[in-house]
Amino acid sequence: MDSKEEPNELPILENPDHPDLAEVDGVVPVPPTLPVESASATEELLVANQEEERISIASNWTLVWWRFRKNKLAVLSGLILIFLVIIVLVPEFFATMDPEDTDARLAFIPIQSVHWIDEGRLKPWVPGVVGKRDPVTLKMIWTVDESEKVYIKLFAEGYSYKILGLIDSNLHLIGAADPEQAGKVFLLGTDRLGRDQWSRLAYATRISMTIGMISVGVSIVLGLILGGISGYFGGWPDMVIQRLIELLQSLPTIPIWLALTAALPRTWSPEKVFFAITIILALRGWTTLAREVRGRFLSLREEDFVLAAELAGCSQARIILVHMIPTFTSHIIATSTLAIPVMIVTETSLSFLGLGLRPPAISWGVMLQEAQNIQTLALAPWLLLPGVVVIVAVLVFNLVGDGLRDAADPYSN
Amino acid sequence: MVRYILQRLLLIPVLLVLFSIMVFALVQAPPGDYLTTYIATLSASGSSMDQAQVDALEKQFGLDQPVHVQYWRWMQSLARGELGLSLEYQRPNSELIGERLGLTIALALAAFVFTWVVAIPIGIYSATHRNSILDYLITVINYTGVAIPNFMLALILMWLAYAYFDVSITGLFSREFEQAPWSFAKFIDLLKHIWLPMIVIGVAGTARLTRVMRANLIDELNKPYMVSGRARGLSEWQLVMKYPVRLAINPLASTIGWYLPELFSGSLIVATVMNLQNIGPLLLRSLTNQDMYLAGSILLIYCALAIVGTLISDILLAWVDPRIRMEKS
Repeated sequence: MDSKEEPNELPILENPDHPDLAEVDGVVPVPPTLPVESASATEELLVANQEEERISIASNWTLVWWRFRKNKLAVLSGLILIFLVIIVLVPEFFATMDPEDTDARLAFIPIQSVHWIDEGRLKPWVPGVVGKRDPVTLKMIWTVDESEKVYIKLFAEGYSYKILGLIDSNLHLIGAADPEQAGKVFLLGTDRLGRDQWSRLAYATRISMTIGMISVGVSIVLGLILGGISGYFGGWPDMVIQRLIELLQSLPTIPIWLALTAALPRTWSPEKVFFAITIILALRGWTTLAREVRGRFLSLREEDFVLAAELAGCSQARIILVHMIPTFTSHIIATSTLAIPVMIVTETSLSFLGLGLRPPAISWGVMLQEAQNIQTLALAPWLLLPGVVVIVAVLVFNLVGDGLRDAADPYSN
Repeated sequence: MVRYILQRLLLIPVLLVLFSIMVFALVQAPPGDYLTTYIATLSASGSSMDQAQVDALEKQFGLDQPVHVQYWRWMQSLARGELGLSLEYQRPNSELIGERLGLTIALALAAFVFTWVVAIPIGIYSATHRNSILDYLITVINYTGVAIPNFMLALILMWLAYAYFDVSITGLFSREFEQAPWSFAKFIDLLKHIWLPMIVIGVAGTARLTRVMRANLIDELNKPYMVSGRARGLSEWQLVMKYPVRLAINPLASTIGWYLPELFSGSLIVATVMNLQNIGPLLLRSLTNQDMYLAGSILLIYCALAIVGTLISDILLAWVDPRIRMEKS
């Protein structure tokens, strides 16, 4: 490793005549190798040397982490991503009530505003709502009843569930302080059937995120195997796989996905549909990765360390798995992170059109289906909230992916 | 160059035949056929159809034949340019699709022009004014633009327009022109409506193109020839526009290859949400109703559009970049 990858800022050599020359984006110019003139300069050099030493013994992953850490936006996105993953693992903990609890009499309740202070103390509560039918339009009109205070607290007790299907629990992140009033907390309002949006969003996060991640997982496996065969062995398998990739990539994605999902029998259970959709999404997803993997294999095949491994008598499997793949794992991770949002958006679009997941499965797309009608939207704009979550999820995946990609490539600027 | 284009053109029929087999297998795949769906709808509404009628319809559409015979019949009608008969509308598919194909292409091209006209200048500004406030703002907008699914953007805009301005911004024509034959007035009416779907469909592509343009240009701006140009006293505008911009745009030609097809098929969902009369909603409807020849024909047209889009981009790329031209010939 040369000093270019040093994670800490080095003094930038200013050129007084062309200040813009030193301002090269992200590239830190080689440290000054001027003759040492003063004690402070020697010291500086010494520090720089220590830095260099620290870098030269750091593993590849440490280097990637150091570079990633510098990108504050990516780190922040990473934290949001971790939070989303926690929701994926235990959506029940974040939900306030059963997402399937329907009560048509509680339809279209607006978002409740949380009041933080009560009687001069920090005691959050949400106002109760009173529904009245408009005598002319028969539309339900919800008015806020400030006199009825539903106190809420963190780590409230609510309906019981099993953490990851194993441990019994009835603890929820947020809920009514009095379990009797659990059915009166609708933090993000309710939908057409009076189902609680907040709780449904938690469950939808689980399904939508896992669809994205599983289909990318399948893509990685396919891409690694087929791209690896293509790049490592070459010859006719390469020929066949490359033609297959070209064929798949020239297909118009959305129409074909629509046709594929429309072909899924209506009688299938939600679980079956779920897996079918992950496979459908992965069917094209692997091609991009396979191309990248092939390119890497093609260039790595010529490297000395591969030849050395061959001469040392390593088996082909060992060369591929132990010597070649680790050199570009960080790239695969970056590419996959960037592929997940594409899958998420596709699933959301398909479900939104009614061709992807179907109720009773809950995903962001299924929830957005409720918002298809412009009249409904005008009446209950909070039904668009799942879309906002989609945007946030896609954004953080993209930012983390970009950060990883930049961090993974030591030669990039 | 000519040989290269000819080779590519010869490949098109081969690809289309391959795609037609795939597409037909797809529309055939769902259990049952149009008639079973149709009979189910009938019985749901309380009426029914006697067996003789069912048999007659089955015979008429060839639904009683084995799959390969059905495929062959479809191919024969394709060769005659008829695209078969729609089971649901009882009209030739070519008529149904023809009405809407023009609008599909017009919408995609409009979005395409919008993308380039907006993305290139913004990309140049962003690269030459790197790390300025406006550059940061553009970057933020770009990230959001890429992250918003286009149907979501359509929904938000429709809702805002409806809730705050009380206008409905769906459709491509005003009511009085919807069924009218083509005229200059109708064309003007189309122009009045097409800009919004155009923006909605083009936003994600614009954001991505701006980012690529910015990155490409930044790479070029750091090259030594810039210093030498500056040393010779070229004005900054001349210096940037003459060499680096041209070099930065070249690789963008390769993005057309995936971007044009994406625009054609990407308009599908937006068209459904915004009620645009292009082939997207028609496909959706035919898929749910198992109107298989119609669905198959539309899918095949999407495939053809994708192939043509890729071809255009490859030719453009060879045209703008002599290095590729030399390699291929």
